[in-house]
Amino acid sequence: MTALDILAGVLILGGSALAMTAAVGVLRFPDTLSRMHAATKPQVLGLLLVLAGAAIRLRGHSDVGMLILTGLFTLITAPVIANRVGQLAYREHNVRDDLLTTDEMDGNAADADAGGTETDGGGPL
Amino acid sequence: MNTVLFIAAVLLAVAAVATMFRMMLGPSTLDRLVALDTLVAVTMCAIGTWAAFSLDTTVTYSLTALALISFVGSVSVARFRVPDVANPADKGAPR
Repeated sequence: MTALDILAGVLILGGSALAMTAAVGVLRFPDTLSRMHAATKPQVLGLLLVLAGAAIRLRGHSDVGMLILTGLFTLITAPVIANRVGQLAYREHNVRDDLLTTDEMDGNAADADAGGTETDGGGPL
Repeated sequence: MNTVLFIAAVLLAVAAVATMFRMMLGPSTLDRLVALDTLVAVTMCAIGTWAAFSLDTTVTYSLTALALISFVGSVSVARFRVPDVANPADKGAPR
């Protein structure tokens, strides 16, 4: 076991721990936006750590490029899914207002698709 | 090395079970969609761990395929699903 193998083990263990925290967040958080937050950020970081660990462990093979491609695809697609889910959750009001400190889309949720509309101060709910 | 990978596999199994509970409980389809996305990502983590354990690189192609298919699936569900509430503009009680 070389130092690179130890590094790969640490990366895979950390990535799995992050994946488990994401799953606990998905199970325990109170509303859809919080669950989407838990499912997006720690999950992607955990997957990247696991892929990095696997790539270090599989060093020298020609298939390591597929691991790098997978990481890139995940980095590109995760924000898109989070954006769609967050917008739909807000529009259908799967949000607990008492957990929000500021609702910046208050009043112009219908303009959300137009993008870049000015918020009129917003203000706490 | 094997011990570390076994611990990682146990963590991923716990994560998969927790995610499946959310998929069963989830009050709206968006919760189930988020849970399904998390489950696919946990599956990809597990495949990566298996590749590191077995030094078998044939499964790495399935990782890329899963990444793309889960993206297409999630966007399709978010785009074409039937909304849970009859009138989305009707801001009822939070669920």
